[in-house]
Amino acid sequence: MDAALFFIQMFNGVQLGLLLFLVASGLTLVFGILDFVNLAHGSLYMIGAFVCASLTLLTGNFLWAVLIALPITAVVGFFIERIVVRRLYHRSHLDQVLATFGLILVLDTSAHLIWGPAGIAVPLPAWLDGRVELFSGFVVPSFRLLIIATGLVIAAGLFWLVNYTRLGMLIRAGASNRTMVSALGIDIQTLFTLVFALGAVLAGLAGMLISPITEASIGMGGEIIITAFVVIIIGGIGSMKGAFIAAIIIGLIDTMGRSFLDDLFKIVMSTEAAETSAPAVSAMLIYILMALILALRPQGLFPPKVR
Amino acid sequence: MRILLPVTLVAALLAGTAAQAAEVKIGFVTTLTTGAAVIGKDQQNAVNLAVEHMGGKMGDLDVNVIFGDDGFKPETGKQATDKLVKQDDVTFVAGYIWSHVLLASRKSALDSGKFLISANAGPSPIAGKLCHENFFSTSWQNDQTPMAMGEVLNQQGVKSLYIMAPNYAAGKNMVAGVEHTFKGEIKGKDFTKWGKGAQLDFSAELAKAKASGAEGIFVFYPGKAGGAFIKQYQQAGLKDIMPLYTVFTVDGISLPKLQAANFEGVLGSKTTQHWDPSLDNAQNKRFVADFKAKHGSYPTFYASQAYDSMFLIKSAVEAVDGDLTDMDGMRAAMKKANYDSVRGKYTYGNNHMPIQNFYLREVVKDDDGNWTTNVVKTVYEAHQDPYAKDCPLE
Repeated sequence: MDAALFFIQMFNGVQLGLLLFLVASGLTLVFGILDFVNLAHGSLYMIGAFVCASLTLLTGNFLWAVLIALPITAVVGFFIERIVVRRLYHRSHLDQVLATFGLILVLDTSAHLIWGPAGIAVPLPAWLDGRVELFSGFVVPSFRLLIIATGLVIAAGLFWLVNYTRLGMLIRAGASNRTMVSALGIDIQTLFTLVFALGAVLAGLAGMLISPITEASIGMGGEIIITAFVVIIIGGIGSMKGAFIAAIIIGLIDTMGRSFLDDLFKIVMSTEAAETSAPAVSAMLIYILMALILALRPQGLFPPKVR
Repeated sequence: MRILLPVTLVAALLAGTAAQAAEVKIGFVTTLTTGAAVIGKDQQNAVNLAVEHMGGKMGDLDVNVIFGDDGFKPETGKQATDKLVKQDDVTFVAGYIWSHVLLASRKSALDSGKFLISANAGPSPIAGKLCHENFFSTSWQNDQTPMAMGEVLNQQGVKSLYIMAPNYAAGKNMVAGVEHTFKGEIKGKDFTKWGKGAQLDFSAELAKAKASGAEGIFVFYPGKAGGAFIKQYQQAGLKDIMPLYTVFTVDGISLPKLQAANFEGVLGSKTTQHWDPSLDNAQNKRFVADFKAKHGSYPTFYASQAYDSMFLIKSAVEAVDGDLTDMDGMRAAMKKANYDSVRGKYTYGNNHMPIQNFYLREVVKDDDGNWTTNVVKTVYEAHQDPYAKDCPLE
């Protein structure tokens, strides 16, 4: 294991973490503030990817496609909140889980009908499709660098939004005690719709950013939503700071596990056993961490202040 | 009226049984939901095309194909198989893209005395110790295709290799296959998460591959993972330092998508296979031409094997003149592989796995500018899998 490889894997881990943060931040907002369990959050991630993929093929430019797809995702989120989610706020979490699970099936099948089962590969402009040498021997794909930059900008923007704006103040207040907020004459319905649409945009953006790396495909939401839940549970539900730090931790653990666990195992067991067990164990690492957190600190690393 | 009613009822029932006897029921288990449904859809199209080409008949019997969805999961595949065997009482159960699904479903079909025909998966146990007289394959044993690739690597003088495959039964077989024949050094290998929540972002593995300094990279990523891998391989800039050698990764599903997104990194990459859309025989030309006309793209190897499975069954049904109780007769007929396969003539080994040719193929543009593959050369002639010797059948 040489130092250059280690740093490149750190870079990959941070990039994965920031992508996870985009999904988890929306999830933690909706779960923490609206007290709404949204399993279909991953479907918004998928819709973002598909809309952006179609627009990329249509306009021929990935960046334009992202800029147009973002408001479209917000509108989709807005209507989902108005038509489905709004009716579920006062129901139990189990009802919400059932309803949003149904929503996943509906949205997956709709995507299947609109875009077909094949999925769409998303082309990148040439200047994003290459590589950048950050310093000697440290060459990274430029698009992954863009993901990191975007993730950091969004994180900073959310930090500013939550801590220094009136909307952020309401969001924080809503997370602590929503009855009191609405008693003070705040239009809590509109606030909730805004928060839900914001969550949709964040998830959609994550989907748009991953689609040039993998592709827009049916069921891609299901692949990330579980990990996003792990992130918000570790970070503390409703906490933006928690989501950020937990997402980076998860990204690093997952990448480092995939990179170096087999070499570590080879020290203590046969090569063949290491090759078989290392991928299985590295896939489990994040859940082991979650189990530890739940056992030792069930409220998460950075729980929001008492409600 | 009182007397007439039971009579008509009996007549209707008789007519019903008569109609039932005049058809051959075939179950076809494939993946019709999840992201892998695109492969199942391709197989489904091929099966329907085969039935159409037969005029809906096998001998005098009508063909009734009942599709089952495995949902990309062994347990769901087994349930679908149970349903086909018990409720629909089919005579043949065919299909199976995934090795782990086939292994889970195998007992359900074989224990109830049905024929089991794999139109893709070829896990090593079924070719070896778990071989069965009622099992037949119209594809290959998993190890064979990568063994051919290992041979190609030796011939091209590749000295060292990095290997990546998904962590499931077929992934292990593919790696075992290439390691079996490749004589150079294996610089490293990664098995990645597969099934529900399969890993599609390979940044960490590609960084390891690059750092290993291997002369080539061998991968097995079927379905959408293949497209994802190739894009990241290109984005990581490995094309010029580490040529790509694949099995079951570049196919009629991934190529049109890669072309639409202009990922030229895949052009010229090499893959081995027992079949190619450009193979020159009458059955293949008809299959490829009609499939393209109907669905607008080249058929995949999955489709070719599904198409073959229907004609293998047809040869069995016709050999016994439609007497579906004559299992011995149908088995003997299938063992001869006496039908027009799209891959050309092949024979069956004692384990009912094909003994067939393997070709080296290259990704090229066809005359219309579409990306496809053509045959570079024959790597193996009449190749048999290495597990046949473990199979007690004669």
